[in-house]
Amino acid sequence: MAFWDYLPIAILFVISAGLAAIAVGLGHLFGPRKPTPKKLEPYESGMNPFGPGTRRMPVRFYLVAVLFILFDIEVVFFLPWAVVLKDLGITGLVEMIVFVSILVVGFIYAWKKGALEWE
Amino acid sequence: MTTGSVWEWIIKSVVIVFGLLTGFAYLTLLERKVLAKIQVRIGPNRAGPMGLFQPLADAIKLIFKEEIIPSRADKIIFVLAPIITVIPALIILGVLPFGGIITLFGRQISLSLADLNVGVLYITAIASISIYGIVLAGWSSNNKYAMLGGIRSSAQMISYELALGLSFIGPILLSGSMSLHDIVAAQKPLWFVVYQPVGALIFWIATLAEVNRAPFDMPEAEQELTAGYHTEYSGMKFALFFMAEYIKMIAVSAIAATLFFGGYRFVLEDQYPILGPVWLLGKVIVLLFGMIWVRATLPRIRYDRLMAFGWKFLFPLALANVFFTAIGIVLEKLWLIPLLTIAVFLGAVVMVGISETRRWRSHVF
Repeated sequence: MAFWDYLPIAILFVISAGLAAIAVGLGHLFGPRKPTPKKLEPYESGMNPFGPGTRRMPVRFYLVAVLFILFDIEVVFFLPWAVVLKDLGITGLVEMIVFVSILVVGFIYAWKKGALEWE
Repeated sequence: MTTGSVWEWIIKSVVIVFGLLTGFAYLTLLERKVLAKIQVRIGPNRAGPMGLFQPLADAIKLIFKEEIIPSRADKIIFVLAPIITVIPALIILGVLPFGGIITLFGRQISLSLADLNVGVLYITAIASISIYGIVLAGWSSNNKYAMLGGIRSSAQMISYELALGLSFIGPILLSGSMSLHDIVAAQKPLWFVVYQPVGALIFWIATLAEVNRAPFDMPEAEQELTAGYHTEYSGMKFALFFMAEYIKMIAVSAIAATLFFGGYRFVLEDQYPILGPVWLLGKVIVLLFGMIWVRATLPRIRYDRLMAFGWKFLFPLALANVFFTAIGIVLEKLWLIPLLTIAVFLGAVVMVGISETRRWRSHVF
């Protein structure tokens, strides 16, 4: 049954999670704890920190994330196709070329628009 | 499905986890020793013979360090982030075959934890999850350096994940299966690196970026971001981030060995299946040495160059690699694949060289 194939992974997950939790717990148990307000300030190379630590970020990162979703889905479509390509033969190859060319047009557009530039 | 097999899985899981932990401890020592040798230093040599107990000393020191949670940090996420980072690193090898089937105490034991029919998909999925821990660590610290490091690493990792995902396609095409066991079995006559030289190279570069190793260690660039996403972490929580990075190095080396270098198979493995893990370990050590060597040799690359390299060079090249591999498969002429892909690779290098020279001449940077 397919479900039982994943049980070993679940066991491995539980053991790793337990180990990570124990490691963090050990630090809490044995580490000294003498907080002072100066010590708890965010580190800014010795300067007095100013403003919030989390602030707005450049929109470029958002653009990269959107492009990533687009092409990662393409990669996910590749996986099952790659398994059965030997049976599909030339038809499967042509269909994939059509699918990828549509995405590549979008990729070239994003490139020419400067979505991949960082200056 | 019996109680016996559940116990078998538990024992195997414990062996994998503690094997990886030991590997991590001695990988840090190996890295320090190799870097020292390359830089004509001695390296750690005080704790034990040849510094062999150095990892142990480091672990004890880190346990007794004071842990600081900065004021106005998001406390729950701050504590959870290292745990979220280390779990994917530990479980990614759950689908990897470490060897064939051995007989132990009159029992047939296969030297792998699980044989999923979607093994490669599992690896890509788990590799993506590890980004969360790093982003959450950067975000929850309430520190500008950490925030920048977290965002940088997320952008870098997702950019290189495209090329990484596409380089998985080559071995799948050649073996016709996503199970890592089948991929290893399909490499019995010839390693896939022969058919996929460019794919293996892309995989190698993309994994360097995925595990934030030099020359792609922008997210933790000491000189500009102090330490990136783990600036505010100390003690065991810092150790967990460190551990995750090194265990991921081991994991991606093992995956590279399995996908492109024949996995656990090598001479005499058929007669003595117990040699499987030994050969796999040998291949992993060779690949890890390569990673350390790269760190000692190459300088860190600039962030805009990093993104341009990932999106404009590596990703189209990986796409072309998949395309020509598929053509070779469909035409049933496998010898075409390395010829075509290497030709495309050389063409791409020449094109990049020409365009970079033009940029250099016109002083546009």
